[in-house]
Amino acid sequence: MTRYVRRFSRTERTLHWVNALGFFMLLLTGLILYLPSLAVLVGRRPLIKDIHFWSGVGWIAALVLIALLGDRRGLLRTARELDAFDPEDVRWLRRQRPAPQGRFNAGQKVNAALTAAFTLLFLVSGLLLWLGERDTRFRFASTVVLHDGLMFIALALLVGHLYLAVIHPATRHALRGMTLGTVSEDWARAHHPRWIDSGEEG
Amino acid sequence: MPEPRRYGRGVFLLTAVGGISSLAWGKSVWDHVSAAVSPLAGSIAPFLPTGGWRIYTVSGSMPTWRLTVGGLVEKPLSLSYDELRALPRANQISTFHCVTGWTVQNVHWAGVRLSDVFAQAKPLPEAGALQFVSSEKPYVDYLTMQQSLLHDVMLAYEMDGKPLPREHGAPLRLIIPEMYGYKNVKWLEGINLLPQAGNGYWEVLGYDRDAWVGRSNGYSSAPPPAPTPAVQPSHRGFLT
Repeated sequence: MTRYVRRFSRTERTLHWVNALGFFMLLLTGLILYLPSLAVLVGRRPLIKDIHFWSGVGWIAALVLIALLGDRRGLLRTARELDAFDPEDVRWLRRQRPAPQGRFNAGQKVNAALTAAFTLLFLVSGLLLWLGERDTRFRFASTVVLHDGLMFIALALLVGHLYLAVIHPATRHALRGMTLGTVSEDWARAHHPRWIDSGEEG
Repeated sequence: MPEPRRYGRGVFLLTAVGGISSLAWGKSVWDHVSAAVSPLAGSIAPFLPTGGWRIYTVSGSMPTWRLTVGGLVEKPLSLSYDELRALPRANQISTFHCVTGWTVQNVHWAGVRLSDVFAQAKPLPEAGALQFVSSEKPYVDYLTMQQSLLHDVMLAYEMDGKPLPREHGAPLRLIIPEMYGYKNVKWLEGINLLPQAGNGYWEVLGYDRDAWVGRSNGYSSAPPPAPTPAVQPSHRGFLT
């Protein structure tokens, strides 16, 4: 009989999937605006631009709302966990083993920090693109380079994230934690032993 | 167990500050990178925006085409594609600048000069500006008569040795390298000569009417490209 332990709260999972939905909406509409072949195929550029812009605004607003209305204390605790790198995390990043990990491994912590920074940068560069079309004081030659460059790096992170969450046999069990909220205790002990030993899992 | 280090916020802050600061250096770095990889880009060109082009349209529809020249002219024209190709052919290599910051260097254009169109249509003395009408409604833009006679302004029907591709404005587009891309009207179907210039599609939305590269639309860093009007003596009369 497999025992399951709770890894992600409802607030954390809602935040994750709303973030994912917003990102995919923006990626899809953004690629239509960006790639010549798709731009010509779809046409209707002003409509796609509006969808892209309002998806972005809705994305940020939804993330803020969920954080405010959900389990704020739990999110703050998670943020502190993601922020803190102990010597085992540093060993893990240097590919030294064994390096027993907590609820998040060091790679997930780096990914979280990058993703948070990218969200801010997407927001700032996107608003500058929008404002620059209306007032040239907000127009910078590098805005489009930043916005597009972020997309390429974020896409690379996403591909790695999807590979580990869906395909890689050793890690794909983690997807259950982000959908149902729980993971098997055996898997958690193998991948996140210090979390299991800390007794903080629910 | 020693106290954990707060590296997470460090990664976040470094990335955020690096990203924001790239507003100052991003374009020059990107220009170097794209110059370095552009020879490799041919194999993925059909899908990725290689060569630096991005396709901006205002309606998405690109209907069929015919060029009319009307307004303040002695002889209104309606030119078929073949009739246009029969006019004297001009070639040029020029750089295309978009107001949003991207640039495509050394594009090879072929087409006709407006002076050769004027030789047939014969603008009236009171004609001071040209309205360029795109098949992509409601896109229009304007040049003054003087601007239209700059030496490298062209109605282009070929790009990089091939017929102008549809997404670049086939069969005919305006090219004025000294000005940002939105003045370079694509899917050109009509030229109307008027007493003076009006506001084009983007100019109604606040863009500059005289869209000189590097010194309009809030840009001031680049030195002025110093356009040199090259007007044949027989056409000098239109300029006064």
